[in-house]
Amino acid sequence: MKRLLRCLIGSLALAAGLSALAAPANPLPSDSVYQLDVPMVDQSGRSLNWRDQRGRPRVVSMFYSSCPYICPLIVDSGKAIEHALTPAERARLGITLVSLDPKRDTPRALAALAARRQLDPVRWTLLRPAERDVRAIAGVLSIRYRALADGEFNHTSVLILLDADGRVLARTEQIGTRLEPGFVAAVRRAVAASAKPKPRAPASGS
Amino acid sequence: MRRLATLLLMMVPFAGAFAGDGEYVRLPGGTFRTALKYEDSKNGVRIAPFELMRLPVTNAQFLAFVQANPQWRRDRVASVFADGHYLEGWPQPTQLTGEVQARQPVTQVSWFAAQAYCEAQQARLPTWSEWEFAAAADETRRDAREDPAWRERILSWYSRPSSKALPRAGLQTPNAYGVQDLHGLVWEWTDDFSSLLVSGDNRNQGDADKSRFCGAGALSMEDTENFAVLMRVAMLSSLEANGTTRNLGFRCARDLP
Repeated sequence: MKRLLRCLIGSLALAAGLSALAAPANPLPSDSVYQLDVPMVDQSGRSLNWRDQRGRPRVVSMFYSSCPYICPLIVDSGKAIEHALTPAERARLGITLVSLDPKRDTPRALAALAARRQLDPVRWTLLRPAERDVRAIAGVLSIRYRALADGEFNHTSVLILLDADGRVLARTEQIGTRLEPGFVAAVRRAVAASAKPKPRAPASGS
Repeated sequence: MRRLATLLLMMVPFAGAFAGDGEYVRLPGGTFRTALKYEDSKNGVRIAPFELMRLPVTNAQFLAFVQANPQWRRDRVASVFADGHYLEGWPQPTQLTGEVQARQPVTQVSWFAAQAYCEAQQARLPTWSEWEFAAAADETRRDAREDPAWRERILSWYSRPSSKALPRAGLQTPNAYGVQDLHGLVWEWTDDFSSLLVSGDNRNQGDADKSRFCGAGALSMEDTENFAVLMRVAMLSSLEANGTTRNLGFRCARDLP
């Protein structure tokens, strides 16, 4: 019994030590979009790094808030994904929209959009990158875009599913309220994978 | 000390720089008629005066960059920034085959790597418009694009097999601005390569695929005779930012001080 206890304490300490080690030192996968090290501001005005998005699976897209036609559909897609999930699944997913238009998409403009579309800040992150970083973010996400003379943008409309470490798991260009079933299934799998309990010391029967 | 070591390393295999390396030429800019048919550029695009490297970046120059920035070594670079063929033509991650390779333009570099290089020189990649503007000139005229003989000459380069070894940078006569090798040597990255929305995505214009781009994204060519530009655009628009090819290099640009 005493031995078992010691063993338990030992393995707990080991597990604690390991997780303490793993948390900060866990290297990013080579193909992670979070290899990109760029500062951003979110819809609440908070400064953060693109890499801070690491930690849970996310559905990511690029948009701009003054976009009249397609971008509202991107928001619709995110909401449709929320609806397709159970509350427990939903709680483990993040939805991130990165602006193509940092000039006009100030935190205030992003907050206004979030309020208008009733985007739950627990799940939705709207990000304003620095202007010089937009092309690189689009680069890691394989999004193409062009600024037009009238202030609009042409851009790839796509939803990208990232795992917790920023690896691309799936993409869909079917946006709007009707989602591609395969993409929703991939979101479910990603969320389930992130919910897997970390290996723990076996429960003692005593 | 470490700086000295880097410096020494740069000097060992080859004298780090050759005449003309990293030199910039000033271009006047102006209103430019692009060969791309964008709805919003019917009256031409405005190009501010800028500076462009006289030559494409060479292997020797890029080697010096990689040595100073080891995260860009081919054995250390993140795959999200450069594909598996990045700098594949070098015998070692920080070694060239010899002086011939040192003076050739660097190829098999991704957009991210090219951008990082230019940033390290306090410069940037040229925009497509800037590149097209500079490349419209021949040896004597600032805009030679209407000349069938000039077009013919460029086309004959495209028809050469790309398996042949690259000549070194700077052998061709400078164009009217003093820029060399914009044609006839390698293809070059532009900063906004991913704004050229004519890839497979847009080939089937007018169908449901259109919604892939927000707004009227379809791009077609104003000047279908200008194959040189057409091929460049088709090539650039097919690339990912971490992509590399054996005949794609780059040069840097910068705003006027």
